Amino acid sequence: MGIHAIKMPDIGEGIAEVELVAWHVQVGDMVAEDQILADVMTDKATVEIPSSVAGKVLSLGGVVGQVMAVGSEVIRIEVEGAGNVKEGAAAAPAASAAPASAAAAPPPVPTPAAQAKPDLPAPVAAPAKAAAASSAPARREGANGAITTHIRQPGDKPIASPSVRRQAWELGIELQFVPGSGPAGRISHADLEAYAARAAQGPVAAGAADQRYAQRNDEQAVPVIGLRRKIAQKMQDAKRRIPHFAYVEEIDVTELDALRAKLNARYGKERGRLTVLPFIMRALVLAVREFPQINARFDDDAGVVNRMGAVHLGIAAQSEAGLMVPVVRHAETRDLWSCAAEVARLAEAVRSGRATREELSGSSITITSLGALGGIVTTPVINHPEVAIVGVNRMVERPMIRNGMVVARQMMNLSSSFDHRVVDGMHAAEFIQLMRGYLETPATLFVD
Amino acid sequence: MDTHHTTLLIIGGGPGGYVAAIRAAQLGIATTLVEGETLGGTCLNIGCIPSKALIHAADAYHQTRHFTGDSTLGIQVQGASIDVAQTVRWKDGIVARLTGGVSALLKKHGVKVVKGWAQIVDGKTVDVTLAKPETKPMRIQCEHLLLASGSVELGLPGMPFGGRVISSTQALSPAAVPAKLVVVGAGYIGLELGIVYRKLGADVTVVEAQSSILPLYDEELVKPVANSLRKLGVQVHLGYKVQGMNAAGDAVRVQDGTGHESELPADQVLVAIGRVPRTHGWGLEQLMLAMQGRALKVDDQCRTSMRNVWAIGDLTGEPMLAHRAMAQGEMVAEIIAGKRRHFAPTAIAAVCFTDPEIVTAGLSPKEAEKAGLDCIHAHFPFAANGRAMTLESLEGFVRVVARRDNHLIVGWQAVGAGVSELSTAFSHSLEMGATLEDVGGTIHAHPTLGEAVQEAALRALGHALHV
Repeated sequence: MGIHAIKMPDIGEGIAEVELVAWHVQVGDMVAEDQILADVMTDKATVEIPSSVAGKVLSLGGVVGQVMAVGSEVIRIEVEGAGNVKEGAAAAPAASAAPASAAAAPPPVPTPAAQAKPDLPAPVAAPAKAAAASSAPARREGANGAITTHIRQPGDKPIASPSVRRQAWELGIELQFVPGSGPAGRISHADLEAYAARAAQGPVAAGAADQRYAQRNDEQAVPVIGLRRKIAQKMQDAKRRIPHFAYVEEIDVTELDALRAKLNARYGKERGRLTVLPFIMRALVLAVREFPQINARFDDDAGVVNRMGAVHLGIAAQSEAGLMVPVVRHAETRDLWSCAAEVARLAEAVRSGRATREELSGSSITITSLGALGGIVTTPVINHPEVAIVGVNRMVERPMIRNGMVVARQMMNLSSSFDHRVVDGMHAAEFIQLMRGYLETPATLFVD
Repeated sequence: MDTHHTTLLIIGGGPGGYVAAIRAAQLGIATTLVEGETLGGTCLNIGCIPSKALIHAADAYHQTRHFTGDSTLGIQVQGASIDVAQTVRWKDGIVARLTGGVSALLKKHGVKVVKGWAQIVDGKTVDVTLAKPETKPMRIQCEHLLLASGSVELGLPGMPFGGRVISSTQALSPAAVPAKLVVVGAGYIGLELGIVYRKLGADVTVVEAQSSILPLYDEELVKPVANSLRKLGVQVHLGYKVQGMNAAGDAVRVQDGTGHESELPADQVLVAIGRVPRTHGWGLEQLMLAMQGRALKVDDQCRTSMRNVWAIGDLTGEPMLAHRAMAQGEMVAEIIAGKRRHFAPTAIAAVCFTDPEIVTAGLSPKEAEKAGLDCIHAHFPFAANGRAMTLESLEGFVRVVARRDNHLIVGWQAVGAGVSELSTAFSHSLEMGATLEDVGGTIHAHPTLGEAVQEAALRALGHALHV
């Protein structure tokens, strides 16, 4: 028997560290070769770490939420024959560092004590207790906000005093599902209350309507880890580095919408139905030809703007886990239907969590659209290191004046943000006006 | 036939039945309890209480006789004798006070007690033959039927009770102390009574078919008891099979492990080879309830396989302990009253009142290993305990078993004089889910035997102070 240590692989593109977002195995599990051990997250994508050997898991190299360097030890596996770890080095730092770092590093999951906030003015003891209690289950939440029900080893009986057991029976709660905060996982009255409170948040109980105006003193601590941490970092970074300026213009899309309806009527069946988005993508591709400084990536550390020939179009999309920006690569090579198909494919990949790192990185400019939720005006945040983002607002019929007559027109606003360090206001305005021209006279979209 | 109606009918007035009755009455359930003999069951009448009374008397006599010789304490007594008839009267007085107390408690709570023998008709109907022969039998109909008929002593085939062959019941009311007593069975009942008789002056020989005394306990725990038997002069034959009485009826024929037969002269033979659930002779069979071996099968709420027919105590099998029956009885009453309850103790402590006493709660090291737990264990000897020294009882130890990973205590064992009182601490720590650190961090009063509990926990943690 030997010990085989698997190290964090180099995922490429100069990534030095990744965040551990899920374990698929536990200490003591038998794993087969190629079995997925863990999920790690890079700036963009979730990557699965497979096992290169078969054997029994001896130790895990980190806890979920921990940021690990490439090359650090992910896991130790007991294997047949000689492993790649010397027997003498059994007390390797990585193995013992796992629990130590879990305690010493900023804990990815705050302890209940840290959240209890005893200094909060509590009119009576009960609300404070409830707050502390309700925070307890929060630390069980995984990266995706789901509650981890696996709280004790299979076969382990829940540990609770007779009075807690009795209370659980009264409440109809199975103690095996209740996380215990005490020594050896002992379940306290507070743990049980917290669990009961959480359960009560589910389906509204009969008579709950009477509680509509009840004062609430509970709070829930949601750890910012995984994708949410990435989003938080990126947004903070973009807003800190980039002096944004916004520019909003209204577009008359009456003709565009009519064209879209005609194209859908004629080609919808075989080529797929078009939304407004592919037209906007096409207009953007055409417009950046004349404004190369807008389709660019600004490496502000090096002081270089890389103007991109290709239009790699980021499309901001909402996934269950949070905001993601899949990229339509080489949008300049795609027609309307190709754009639509690629957007649909990427959206599905993002929704199902299967989007690859390549599909989630390398954009040169981004479009953000919330469709019917688009509002009148937005001030989108630039997807750093890009220098521009085009926001699409809601399309709506408005009374407009044409030749002295009030007429109903389909109107839609474009709300865009630009990096004022490298894009001047006039150029930004001209760029949007050019897009407007394409969209208001859609035939020009197809003139080269 | 007169027919009475009640909500809850309890058959058996032992510790399980009477506790269930009191609790049910407290909860406002109309309750009737049927008992053919004196209230209190085996425990109060022919078990726990009378045996402890005799153990106390025998100890006192033994101690006094010890003072007639060389006494390290400097106490000198000129001659000592015992009037066993008076001892039994004293013991009967205690039993009468306790059973009378049970009767008063039932009356106070409004439980209707019917003196008579129950015969089950169906799951909701029971006929009672009243104890007074002149009265007519009565029929009781109920919504809930609680079976608490207890257990009976197991006899040896080919050696029925009668004549010189007695059960523990007769052994607890001796008219005189026999010169030679043979005890069949080295379980806790046989050894408790064997030691009593030895201390009262009988020549005692214990015969056991298995290879160890107290076969349910591990070697370490049993050793001080074996030593004590040797010191007291109790003969122990292990691995012996009992063949029956000899033709003259004055000796027990036995066969040792090699097949060699011999005879053990006996004025009395106490057969104490165990107890079996009382499942026959009162109509229980016709309910066709699911069984588990010789016991009634019940779930964790003491429900039998028939709706609203409940069973508790010895009738439901091992461990046959009064405190288990009481807890079950209390629970069933509460369930019937609409409360949500389960019988889910972490541990049920068991005490063996031999000299020295053995107490166990939870898992022994071997049982923990069998259960697949990775455990550590440590023991603290009474030889290092000040209070034990002042009591002249250095034999024995306290042992703790705890999980290696989180130090959760999963078991306690102790052997030594007076350790039965430690069961409270053992059960409490187990039920509360205490860890070694919890017990080690609790200040235990000095000088007491209980300090050994704390020290055992500390020793398991690697830092006992007094060893």
